Amino acid sequence: MDLVEMQGISKFFPGVVALNKVNFDLRKSELHALIGENGAGKSTLVKILAGVYKKDKGKIIIEGKEREFAGPQNAYEIGISVVPQELELEPYMNIAENVFLGRDFSRKLLLKDWSRMLAETKSLLKKVGLAVDPAILCEELSVAQQKMVSIAKALSYNPRILVLDEPTAALAQKEIKRFFSILKELKKSGTSIIYISHRIEEIKEIADRATVLRDGKKITTVDVSKTNIQEIVRLMVGRELKDVFPKRERVSAPKEILRVSNLLGDKFKNISFSLQEGEILGVAGLIGAGRSETAKGLFGDIKTKGGEIWLKGKRIRIRSPRDAISHKIGYVPEDREMEGIVPTTNLKENISLAFLDDLSKFGFINKKKENEIVKKVIKLLRIKAPSPEVNITTLSGGNRQKAILARWIAKDCEILILDEPTIGIDVGAKAEIYKIMNELVEKGVGITMISSELPEILGMSDRILTMHEGEITQEIERKDASEERIIEGMVGIK
Amino acid sequence: MKGVDIFKNLLKRFGSVLGLIILCISFSILSPYFLTARNWSMIFQQVSVLAIIALGELIVILTAGIDLSVGSLLALSMVVMAKAEVEYGVNPFLALLIGILVGLGFGLSNGLLYTKLHLPHPFISTLGMMMIAGGLALVLTKGYPIPGLSPTVRFLGTGQLGPIPMPLVCIIVCYLAFHIFLTQTVLGRKIYAIGGNREAAKLSGINVSRVLILVYCIAGFTFALGGIILAGRVNSAFPLAGKGYELDAIAAVIIGGASFFGGKGSVGGTLIGVLIIGVLRNGLNLLNVSPFAQMSIMGAVIIIAVYVDVLRRRAS
Repeated sequence: MDLVEMQGISKFFPGVVALNKVNFDLRKSELHALIGENGAGKSTLVKILAGVYKKDKGKIIIEGKEREFAGPQNAYEIGISVVPQELELEPYMNIAENVFLGRDFSRKLLLKDWSRMLAETKSLLKKVGLAVDPAILCEELSVAQQKMVSIAKALSYNPRILVLDEPTAALAQKEIKRFFSILKELKKSGTSIIYISHRIEEIKEIADRATVLRDGKKITTVDVSKTNIQEIVRLMVGRELKDVFPKRERVSAPKEILRVSNLLGDKFKNISFSLQEGEILGVAGLIGAGRSETAKGLFGDIKTKGGEIWLKGKRIRIRSPRDAISHKIGYVPEDREMEGIVPTTNLKENISLAFLDDLSKFGFINKKKENEIVKKVIKLLRIKAPSPEVNITTLSGGNRQKAILARWIAKDCEILILDEPTIGIDVGAKAEIYKIMNELVEKGVGITMISSELPEILGMSDRILTMHEGEITQEIERKDASEERIIEGMVGIK
Repeated sequence: MKGVDIFKNLLKRFGSVLGLIILCISFSILSPYFLTARNWSMIFQQVSVLAIIALGELIVILTAGIDLSVGSLLALSMVVMAKAEVEYGVNPFLALLIGILVGLGFGLSNGLLYTKLHLPHPFISTLGMMMIAGGLALVLTKGYPIPGLSPTVRFLGTGQLGPIPMPLVCIIVCYLAFHIFLTQTVLGRKIYAIGGNREAAKLSGINVSRVLILVYCIAGFTFALGGIILAGRVNSAFPLAGKGYELDAIAAVIIGGASFFGGKGSVGGTLIGVLIIGVLRNGLNLLNVSPFAQMSIMGAVIIIAVYVDVLRRRAS
């Protein structure tokens, strides 16, 4: 009998189906990995199991008995303990206080029973291989040590099911090794573990089974020993989206417009590539591969520590987005809401944001010119809005994305860096964005497109770079491109 | 439509303007003096300082910042100006210029502290500056007022342009200038964009630090101008002149519909906010309400005004 069986779990948030009839089961003493891209529904599923969210549909059966959770406390009683991705220790409390935060056990005549707390914490810390004094403040610990304390805290509930959300994100290679041996110990002692991670290599190393989620749906559950890394990645990123990519002829006689050599930053190194006029250069990689950081480094938003950038054969220096823009480079960020739109203002002002200085007449905005340009790009990009004066937040995600693209098109950018250009927008709008990209390259614009969607990379790119742990692993011409080769590059095969 | 609905609808449309009208109607019923020209001339003179410094606070709040050094910079500029003229015999025009430069200089420091030292929030840099400048004003004067300013220096506070008192002229000129600045110029647009989404503004090529530094400079300028007008009106510069002005200025801007989170607010709204505070004070004085009770009433007004704004936003 399975320890946990979740059947047909659905969860709806306003406007989004976060989970769609997902089945999931967990056996005793098993490490079951839960994988998928951002927004696939992993965290939502775990939160339902932990009683943080209420499911809208489906059944949760624990050891053969159907259970309804009223809240997290309820889940603790059943024996589920969650270690969240973010550190949530109180920095100015000591380790023991953090571990037993908010529990009555620690009181004896209104005073905390220090000696017992410290002793129990010590034995918990030993379990997670942490040899520090339980009386020191948490702020004195390294990030990795804090992570271990969080795990010790979760273990203090004697859980039957331990949920770990991206536990290794903050750990160094050596620490991960030790962490894995701890997990193996736990499994041996009968604990079942649900393990959420983006790092496929880890899953191959320690998981027994893996369930792949994509867009709120369960794709499959695989036996990790009977599959390989490539297959898991294919399941994660593969999408059936064949007909939306319009055909496009490669512009003849390639002419280099941008060359980057040995760009170096905190999260990327040895970044060398060139971009041709009228070319779409796809950049594939898993989350955490350093793609966005590289893009931001190139655009001047993140400090780089070395490397050269050449524009049409001339060396240029980019120290700020402003520098990059002055060289006619535009950047569409991945996080549209946080970094793209200005939510307090209208469509028109959102578009003209990047070329305000060009509209300046003795410091005043030439509003006639602004209106003309804005109207032109709205028409060109087919942005659907009742008027340029409507607030940007009244528009759909696809139209917001077009508005940000419009900024750079109105600025006549020759190089565009698009970070996940179709993230979170519907299929119809995606096709529109692809069409716009094709129209741009036909005019000679060079586009670097970062994407986590393999079909998008394959369907749109003239050339493909793959990144893994901050480095470029493969460069693949369109004619040689295949899912398999890209996935190899994404998992670090050079 | 029911009466409540009509009222709600009006509120939604006009918000703080409606509040001002209701206040005016109530006071004109309660006091026969309220609607006289003399009284209104007084109201404008009383709010003139607040009106000017509220403009400086407005542009800071538009960038999602805050400036707490208003009152101290006002006092310090006025004290330095008066000291220059009265004690060192500096030419009055030069003294005025020195006063303005003090405001600009300390505003610049506010901006530099925030953007270059990367202090986490302008609350901190301007809180520090509030105490530094406030202390300086006291040190320079040893706590005593400096009376006896020349008519030239006093002109902005007491002079007249034809029949119109100079403070009112200052208000009209500054409000027009700021309105045009914020709605018609590139810099004005950038200020709104930074307040609306700083990261997006930066990624669109706006030099955020430079704009912010300019904003705090302009704010410092308005505080100095407020100080000069006040010194003229009372014919004296005193180190504690600015006490309480920081909160009045913030209150006027917020009552006027600006968002604390930046990117939203207008010069017109701020004028309404200033007038609500001015009319309320004036009316309560006419009705012989004690200044102590006035303080509580003012607090309630701020809360009601912002709540109405919340309602308006939720409705739209």
